[in-house]
Amino acid sequence: MDRQEIVRLAALATGDEKHEASSYSTLDVLAVLYGEVLRVDPARPGWPERDRFILSKGHGPAAFYAVLCRRGFFPESWLPGFMTWGSPLGGHPDRTLVPGVEASTGSLGHGLALAVGTALALRARDVQEPRVVVLTGDAELNEGSNWESILLAPQLGLDNLTLVVVDNHSSSLLLTPLDGKLGAFGWDARTVPGRDHAALRDALGRRPSDAPGAVVADVPVDPE
Amino acid sequence: MTATMRSQAAATVCELFARDDRIAVVLSEISVEHFGPAFAHDPRRIVNVGIMEPTMVGVAAGFAMEGFHPVAHTISPFLAERALEQVKLDLGNQELGATLIGTGGSFDYGVEGTTHHAPGDVQAMLTIPGMRVLVPGHPDEVDALLRTTVGDGALTYMRLQVVHNPEPVAAAAGEVRPLRSAGSAAVLAIGPMLGRVLEATADMDVSVLYTATAAPIDAQALRAAAGDAPRLITVEPFHEGTLAAQVVAALADRPAQFEFVGVPRRLVREYGSPQEHDRALGLDAAGLRQRIAGALA
Repeated sequence: MDRQEIVRLAALATGDEKHEASSYSTLDVLAVLYGEVLRVDPARPGWPERDRFILSKGHGPAAFYAVLCRRGFFPESWLPGFMTWGSPLGGHPDRTLVPGVEASTGSLGHGLALAVGTALALRARDVQEPRVVVLTGDAELNEGSNWESILLAPQLGLDNLTLVVVDNHSSSLLLTPLDGKLGAFGWDARTVPGRDHAALRDALGRRPSDAPGAVVADVPVDPE
Repeated sequence: MTATMRSQAAATVCELFARDDRIAVVLSEISVEHFGPAFAHDPRRIVNVGIMEPTMVGVAAGFAMEGFHPVAHTISPFLAERALEQVKLDLGNQELGATLIGTGGSFDYGVEGTTHHAPGDVQAMLTIPGMRVLVPGHPDEVDALLRTTVGDGALTYMRLQVVHNPEPVAAAAGEVRPLRSAGSAAVLAIGPMLGRVLEATADMDVSVLYTATAAPIDAQALRAAAGDAPRLITVEPFHEGTLAAQVVAALADRPAQFEFVGVPRRLVREYGSPQEHDRALGLDAAGLRQRIAGALA
């Protein structure tokens, strides 16, 4: 997925008060996920064999909307309405309003548990191929609820689950080394440069066996 | 062994689980021992997440996002209060159906102190638009209500308590059932308050209505049962006045007098059994008799 095209589409949506820094921190990860990793079909948003993506860090969703738009889930004409009355594209994504949005998020610390439940549900159905990918921010990991799921998922052996932490160094609390912490809980975790599409492609494309995967995408502090 | 409402809930859920592969169960350590048949039947659809109630609800919502009807269960304060945001956002805002079963309403864990009290659980759940709240009064009612509601797509909170009524009432979800017609005043008993209401009012000239549904109240049935100019005394097993908005709205088309009798809205520091709490708070039969008579005076 062409990065400049995603930047252009996201810019249609964003403005000074629209979580711009937060949105752009996720842009490269989302472009790689939706361009090269996730199996989704815009013509069939509910396709049972699709991969599920949950944007737990629901704020700053302009880049998310941009990649969904680029993939064809909704028309470009929706983007300028971002965060305005009557638009389906709110400041946090709503699954009941936007095709391709799997989960309504915004309050931090919810998406990972939703992803664990989704991964369990797929396993309960013997659906082998689809993956569940959930994206959090580094500061979001201050929320204790995340650590409940970080403790739980490896013990359930959820190898169909991947956690992506976009680390834009916004946490006021020290979290480093994030990959080491996640590894200590049993995740197959690694850190990659968060703007390097080739590195992201390799890391996000991996599917560890017998353990959930975690990719820490290290992105520069300053927004573009 | 006589079933409790809690053991009956587990038994019924296990039976439904065995015959409906759309049902998933998510537990948070509590009552795991009651769900053995479900673990034996299909361990992929039932999970004990450990002591993490917010995650229990989030995981249940994840199952619901995939088309399952999840049943989540733990102690009431940790379900309805600690995990309230997960119930609100992960289930309510996402318009997902689930059955949330809380055990230990009000002072069931009264010997444990204030951390385990849950007289405010129903009021908390009622902040969520569309939430159905079932308050059965007998194990047989638990069984019947679960059979008719699990999997129907609604978001439901079922509140269980240790003390239950001597006899069940065949009150369907949403039904207000007249049990005794007399006088110009009516007493609406909610769930496990019925047995003591009947005892307290045995020689009083009052009608007695019963419902095992705290929300939504069947307004039409309540209007029909209450008469033209009712004096309605609602007896609640949770904080008094929890149902006030619904009850008053149901009778807004006529002059009416209302009284709400339930758990007083104050911090209760004493340790003791549910029965001791009921006695101290005027919620046993003798206390209710006094309060109802006072309301009628």
